[in-house]
Amino acid sequence: MKDLKQYWKTNLTYLSILLAIWFFVSYGLGIMAKSFWWAQQGSIYVFVALIFVYVYLMNRLDKKYDVDEK
Amino acid sequence: MDQQIWTLVMVGLTFAIYIGIAIWSRASSTKDFYVAGGGVSPLANGMATAADWMSAASFLSMAGLIAFLGYDGGVYLMGWTGGYVLLALLLAPYLRKFGQYTVPDFIGTRYSGKNPNAQVNVARLVAIICALFVSFTYVVGQMKGVGVAFSRFLEVPFETGVLIGIAIVFFYAVLGGMKGITYTQVAQYCVLIFAFTVPAIFISLQITGNPVPQLGLLGEFKGEGVSLLTKLNQLNTELGFTEYTSGKKEMIDVAFITAALMLGTAGLPHVIVRFFTVPKVSDARKSAGYALVFIAILYTTAPAVAAFARANMIDSVSGVAYDDAPAWVTNWNKAGLIKMEDKNGDGIIQYYDDKSEAGIALAAEKGWKGNEFSPDRDIMVLANPEIAQLPAWVVALVVAGGLAAALSTAAGLLLVISTSISHDLLKKTFMPNISDKQELMYARIAAAVAVVGAGLAGMNPPGFVAEVVAFAFGLAASSFFPAILLGIFDKRTNTPGAVTGMITGLVFTTAMICMMRSVQLFGTDAPIIKDFFGISAQGIGTVGMFLNLIVTIAVSRMTPAPSQEIQNIVEEIRIPRGAGEAQAH
Repeated sequence: MKDLKQYWKTNLTYLSILLAIWFFVSYGLGIMAKSFWWAQQGSIYVFVALIFVYVYLMNRLDKKYDVDEK
Repeated sequence: MDQQIWTLVMVGLTFAIYIGIAIWSRASSTKDFYVAGGGVSPLANGMATAADWMSAASFLSMAGLIAFLGYDGGVYLMGWTGGYVLLALLLAPYLRKFGQYTVPDFIGTRYSGKNPNAQVNVARLVAIICALFVSFTYVVGQMKGVGVAFSRFLEVPFETGVLIGIAIVFFYAVLGGMKGITYTQVAQYCVLIFAFTVPAIFISLQITGNPVPQLGLLGEFKGEGVSLLTKLNQLNTELGFTEYTSGKKEMIDVAFITAALMLGTAGLPHVIVRFFTVPKVSDARKSAGYALVFIAILYTTAPAVAAFARANMIDSVSGVAYDDAPAWVTNWNKAGLIKMEDKNGDGIIQYYDDKSEAGIALAAEKGWKGNEFSPDRDIMVLANPEIAQLPAWVVALVVAGGLAAALSTAAGLLLVISTSISHDLLKKTFMPNISDKQELMYARIAAAVAVVGAGLAGMNPPGFVAEVVAFAFGLAASSFFPAILLGIFDKRTNTPGAVTGMITGLVFTTAMICMMRSVQLFGTDAPIIKDFFGISAQGIGTVGMFLNLIVTIAVSRMTPAPSQEIQNIVEEIRIPRGAGEAQAH
């Protein structure tokens, strides 16, 4: 069970970092800095990248803690 | 061949494909009907999700809207894509692991209270009502869109257009269920993305010399040595409009509208259920990524199309003599979608902002008597092929694309309505003893009733169809999102907390939107309240979401923790292994 606690904690760390970037590109650059390009283009590219980074990180993590699907 | 024949051929051909797919992939069990048997590949599901998600509004109206809003249009772009990050990271994998058929299923099980066999499960009931309301308001808008598209291009009466739409959706949604819908949506995605990008590439070439619209947006305007965006800012300010890249909405409103669209997207039941159809948890994550790629292709092209259309429109209209107006202007004028009137009788078109101070000063100086050119925003996408002087078959393709966008979204929504009724309301609440076959029959009847109901409502639109779309997002954000999020990430959240939270979010958001849109909804002379600390009706769902979150957490802490059994379920959904196939357990 300790292992699974660690698994969940790592997942939450990934989530906080990725969502911080998500917030920064949309609300930071797109809205607060009022950058036209970030609001209409840049943020969308980063969103796509974020999801695939999460897919990669979680697939690796699932394997490490042996909770991946066979 | 003339335009109308091309349109008929193109629309007929695509419809034949959809129907063919529906027959090939018809559902034979409730599992097929609800989650396409749970065996859809992540790539196909990503495409289907993209088609499901992008409605007629995304396809036809968004680029036009951005062209007129400039920077402010970014709320739709960020809002409708950023929600997928929330979905992929916070909801989709866990809901897939949970592995049932619907959103009320999750809420009903997670918040079943002490006695899971209680006659009425309040949390499930609240969730069913939200799902039905959100999906129905949304689908009515789609049916209306179908009617408009048919009536404009095939010159049939609006009502006939809606009836054709009902017949098509009826055929493949009722017959094929989720299985039929998924594979037709894959085809519909291909049609709509092709139809959107082909004209965009040609227009980009004409205006900036770059075939990639996303790069063209940053390129030069017609080789004049000035960048497109600088040119647009110049054109806009010269005519009394706000700078294209600045916008005029308050920052707080922009932030709240964006958040409401993001949270609403992540909470929309017809999007969430798509992630029940893939085989594994890791597939659910990946599939959300694919979906966003497919959506991003359209969503990054749309702002480019918007800028091209805006620059081209001003360039070819403003200060031009009426007799020299380009053919597409006269054509759309005849169709009644561009209104022109020579108010000061000088024979020249004056297009400017006659409401802004700068515009009024400009008019006084030059002797203009008001703006003389008012285009319907939706024609930006429809007129594109004509502006770029593309052949008639491209225009036909755009019509087929718009119909694909409307039909795919309508079908996905109808499925949520039918499963909410047959599965959540009948099987899980009132008639637990019906067999799989009977349940499937009820699902089909519910889908049939819903499609006819939506069609009739769309045919007879209670003037405020456009206004109620704000409801769909606001309600999804303020009711579902916190309940699902906390259900996964906070074990301490219990039934009283979630139920009071959902009701708080729901009541607050509904009341606020009703008061802010009272002119359109109830016909009052002025809105009962104008805004909520600078936040408009479109962004109010965000406030409702936060209220829901706070109330849920507070009430949960004041009442006993959920049972060990429920806490075990939460532990269980946090780990991918053992997802198996989506099923009712």
